[in-house]
Amino acid sequence: MAFDYDKYIRPGKLPHIWCPGCGHGIVMKGLIRAMDTLKLQMENTTIVSGIGCASRLTGYIDCCTLHTAHGRAAAFATGVKLAKPEMDVIVVGGDGDGTAIGGNHFIHACRRNINITYIIMNNNIYGMTGGQFSPTTPTGAKSSTTPYGNPDPCFDLAKLAIGAGATFVARGTAFHANQIDKLIVEAIQHKGFSVVEILDDCPTTYGRRNKFKSVIEMMNRLKEIAVPVKAAEKMTAEQLQGKVLTGVLYKDETKPEYIAEYAKLIERAKAAK
Amino acid sequence: MSKKVAFLQGNEAASYGALYAGCNFFAGYPITPSTEVAEVMAAELPKIGGQFIQMEDEIGAMAAILGAALTGAKVLDSTSGPGFSLKQELIGMGCISEIPCVVYNVMRGGPSTGMPTGPSQSDVMCAKWGTHGDHPAICLVPATVQELFEEMVRAFNLSEKYRTPVFVMPDEIIAHMRERVVFPEPGEIPIVPRKAPTVPPAQYKPFDTSFGDVPPLAAFGSGYKFHVTSLNKAEDGFPTTKAELVQAEQERQVRKVEGNADDIIEFEEYQLDDAEVVIVAYGSTSRSARFAVNEARKQGIKAGMFRLKTFWPFPYKQLTALSGRIKAFITPEMNLGMCSGEVERAAQGKVPVKGIFRVDGEPINPDQILAKIKEVK
Repeated sequence: MAFDYDKYIRPGKLPHIWCPGCGHGIVMKGLIRAMDTLKLQMENTTIVSGIGCASRLTGYIDCCTLHTAHGRAAAFATGVKLAKPEMDVIVVGGDGDGTAIGGNHFIHACRRNINITYIIMNNNIYGMTGGQFSPTTPTGAKSSTTPYGNPDPCFDLAKLAIGAGATFVARGTAFHANQIDKLIVEAIQHKGFSVVEILDDCPTTYGRRNKFKSVIEMMNRLKEIAVPVKAAEKMTAEQLQGKVLTGVLYKDETKPEYIAEYAKLIERAKAAK
Repeated sequence: MSKKVAFLQGNEAASYGALYAGCNFFAGYPITPSTEVAEVMAAELPKIGGQFIQMEDEIGAMAAILGAALTGAKVLDSTSGPGFSLKQELIGMGCISEIPCVVYNVMRGGPSTGMPTGPSQSDVMCAKWGTHGDHPAICLVPATVQELFEEMVRAFNLSEKYRTPVFVMPDEIIAHMRERVVFPEPGEIPIVPRKAPTVPPAQYKPFDTSFGDVPPLAAFGSGYKFHVTSLNKAEDGFPTTKAELVQAEQERQVRKVEGNADDIIEFEEYQLDDAEVVIVAYGSTSRSARFAVNEARKQGIKAGMFRLKTFWPFPYKQLTALSGRIKAFITPEMNLGMCSGEVERAAQGKVPVKGIFRVDGEPINPDQILAKIKEVK
């Protein structure tokens, strides 16, 4: 029997705003399947987002949803989670929202290791504003604000998250749709700050400026560059040139989680009263 | 039973006022001259099972309190000028999404980093116009340490009652001075809870105006599923660009505060009955003004003071009424005429408004005000 997405979607809120060929819808379906697998209670789940195409996801899923200001989703989510620890809190957003204007909140949420799952749809561009380069736009790529090629180096989001202290970091792609929900399930189950980067595509503002003739070509690129971590272990550095590792890239179950530590702090404060 | 009495710094009294009001969540970022609030909250909140978090920046602190408030928490963020500037975008979100919260902003010298330890009253316009777009503003400007305690309680009550951010803005002098504070007994000052939904979750709309200009707010995690967005939205909470809906929502949000100005505005009339010269003052400046009025009276000059306790909404109505029967207003303030301009709007050209403005980090002293009283009498 086909999976019933409808029971998770708010009545009357579709069609979504995403362009044909955009991978955000694939990620949303993956998230919904993950929520279903985990049997998350919709009344007790908050999805938080910032601003941008990916951030519009919060309008569609029928749980508690908070569509905030540009870049601030992780900080809002921190407030929600700390005030209501029993709630499952998930952040969704794009690369620019999360790691440019929201970069400070992102790295500090990683550092705290607060039990929140952050899903980044990385399409390497600011889509909603018409295709300006983001911190993940490849060097040399064209965008509306890099007409002569992007002079900036770009972030490796997974390394950024690991370096900042996140304790679960995974990467998937919009092409590998069946893997997305599995990564998200594992991320939500992890006790700590978990980051799931989904390599995504923006045919409208990135593809057409960077010689991708079709959505299929963009999707095929995601297929070609992705190498599962296990497979990568058997590959040479030369073979891994231009490839991107996918799967669970990092997992640390020893670092204390913020909410649990805060509960201990409250006990200490009460005892000292 | 005698009441608890303590000798407290303004920032400490503000913190205890917040706790009295039921504040159970604080997020902030260290900044002079308001940091003592964070320090008290860090020590006190965990004892009652509340949460304190020092965020990575001022904006993050504002975001965290808004997120926490949506779960039903009573929230506070404390800051000062530069931090207040940084928070403005999210203050706008607090207004448009109608999220109760209290922002405590100690006014120090500005603009920019300015004079971090010097007093000022130059953020009062930022409280009204700092964030872009039309929105309501409630701003309280206490003048004593006792009042700071009490106004914090009132701020939480107003915030919950009107479902909007409320600012408590002492100048640095009030925030750092030490005075005797008599703690009210629990229950002595009524605590106002936010209006909770009376409809079942399936029928709930977060901006349902059939309940009046202040719609009931459910809490995330209480069984109600709903959407909150920073975009212009319709009654159901979802984004809209429909002209008539956006117009109506924006007008309602301003109306819920401006239309209840009489409930929100508090002021003190000091020696006003026969006053010919009226000083309009607030915060520490009003303490010098009171001294100057007393001196003027000793010298036979009919001076009085209209002391603002609420800066926004501004008491135009009361000041317009006064302007019909006096010779002049005097507006001493530690800025270059922010309150003065509003008094001019209220005076409607009927009487002159004479300012005394200081932005040098020094308080306005009674002699300065007395000299101006003599000049205009």
